[in-house]
Amino acid sequence: MQEIIIGAISLGLLWAVMTIGVYITYSVLGMADMTAEGSITLGAAVAAKMISSGRSPIYGLLLAITCGMAAGLCNGILHTKFKIPSLLSGILTMTALFSINLRVMGRANISLLRMPTIFTPVSDMFNLDKGSSVIVVGVLVCAGIIALLYWFFGTEIGSAIRATGNNADMVRAQGINTDTTIILGMMLSNGLIAMSGAMIGQSQNYADLQMGTGAIVIGLASLFIGEVLFGKRSYFIRLTSMVFGAIIYRIIIASVLRLGMPADDLKLFTAITVIMALSLPNIKKFAQGKRRSLSGGQ
Amino acid sequence: MLQVTNLYKVFNKGTVNERMALENVSLSLGVGDFVTVIGGNGAGKSTLLNCVAGVYPPDSGSINLDSIDVTRMQEYKRAKYLGRVFQDPMRGTCGDMNIEENLALAKRRGQHRGLSWGVTSKERIEYRHLLKSLDLGLEDRLTSKVGLLSGGQRQALTLLMATLKNPKLLLLDEHTAALDPRTAKKVLDISDYIIREEGLTTMMVTHNMRDAIRYGNRLIMMSGGSIAVDVSGDEKRKLTVEDLLRLFEKAKGKEEDIPDRMILG
Ligand SMILES: Nc1ncnc2c1ncn2[C@@H]1O[C@H](COP(=O)(O)OP(=O)(O)OP(=O)(O)O)[C@@H](O)[C@H]1O
Ligand SMILES: [Mg+2]
Repeated sequence: MQEIIIGAISLGLLWAVMTIGVYITYSVLGMADMTAEGSITLGAAVAAKMISSGRSPIYGLLLAITCGMAAGLCNGILHTKFKIPSLLSGILTMTALFSINLRVMGRANISLLRMPTIFTPVSDMFNLDKGSSVIVVGVLVCAGIIALLYWFFGTEIGSAIRATGNNADMVRAQGINTDTTIILGMMLSNGLIAMSGAMIGQSQNYADLQMGTGAIVIGLASLFIGEVLFGKRSYFIRLTSMVFGAIIYRIIIASVLRLGMPADDLKLFTAITVIMALSLPNIKKFAQGKRRSLSGGQ
Repeated sequence: MLQVTNLYKVFNKGTVNERMALENVSLSLGVGDFVTVIGGNGAGKSTLLNCVAGVYPPDSGSINLDSIDVTRMQEYKRAKYLGRVFQDPMRGTCGDMNIEENLALAKRRGQHRGLSWGVTSKERIEYRHLLKSLDLGLEDRLTSKVGLLSGGQRQALTLLMATLKNPKLLLLDEHTAALDPRTAKKVLDISDYIIREEGLTTMMVTHNMRDAIRYGNRLIMMSGGSIAVDVSGDEKRKLTVEDLLRLFEKAKGKEEDIPDRMILG
């Protein structure tokens, strides 16, 4: 059991980076960005390709982030300049990325067995097994990202991005180009998601063309878990809650698998979790309305 | 300050819903002019303000602001010259952000935005001071979410934001219409105070004839997409609601009616 928990925590920490990326588009900008499914694989693919061709894992990670940001840039341009609805533009970018990812990798998967990863220096230095070094790196990376984003969303540009998701009319009236703020938000989000993909690939020792499928729903499930646990409080707490949301999501998944749920049903389970989180407020309202109308009829 | 020349705007051109919203509108405002704008529903008042603000481009004609041709300038670019307050209190502020963050967004209108802090401690002192002058008890609530404020408080805040950077032109589109009469009066008085204090060139749309008469130094009445009446100076000062009603009867198109709320109040 302990082993499962540790595995869930290490995986959760890496997916937390992805969850924070989803948080930027979904909660801050207020749009569901399907690009995530493509950019998480893109990150894994780019990093794996670099490592397997002898480049340093750090270089691979940085290049993965850059490529993710480029994907976000493309999607942002499709949405803002070509006026394609954000859901559709995301689906288009995601679909295009599927071919690009295949081109990057050259085949459906790349193995990283016995190759250096970003986790190797840590496990060498402190003489740790892979799982523990993933946790160490994951904690450091998450803390760094939270600190960086907390600072960024407090800056002039960061405030403008937050305001755009809240009231774009007002933001334009303040002389801000909302196309730019939306594009910046999408770049930031997909950069983080690709980074997450790059780390996930290295922790599981392979990059796989299919690993992004359903990623957005996993991100949303983690996000909702985080929100339920911590509420919608200050930015710092909300960013931190994404990390805990991602970890708890992994623990829940590991637990239901252990309780005998077939792994094939995982995506169905996750989708139902998200559906419940999205519909719960409406069900509550509906139930209250029913009760009121019943008592009103007496 | 503002020069609108032969402005035309048609919505849904070439469809059954085609609607001429502005028809050959020309208007010239001097520095410090405070114009009240009245007219029936659909007369084109909001469309005129929206064209000036760049929400949509006019079909023909030109708009000059302080001798800068802004006719084709994008909305966010010309925003640096303009202050705007809308009818809907939700539209002018970010409800999920707090008071000081909203003010700070407005404080940087027309300026480059970079990676320095979104709100500085120096600004906070200034904001507290400004909010105190509104006398709405907002000066101690700088970090409250704007979504928690009442409609009147939100409109007063929006007004403050719109005038923070001394706009060349202030556009108020029925900014008190969603408020109860007492709050509306208060917000109007705050508006009048700021406009006079700063000598702001202003266009204020209102449905209330008395307010249109009481405030400003010029009054225009729109009807069917054009300016039907334009009075200023002494003539405006002597104007009564009865005069306005007569002028309105004379000017209005076939299908236009005087909305009740225009006479009442
Ligand atoms: N975005 C739009 N699309 C299509 N038609 C529009 C649009 N905006 C305004 N119109 C039409 O243009 C005409 C003028 O509308 P406008 O909003 O300027 O009137 P108004 O004088 O502000 O009226 P009100 O007093 O009701 O606010 C109306 O017939 C309206 O239906
Ligand atoms: Mg209007």
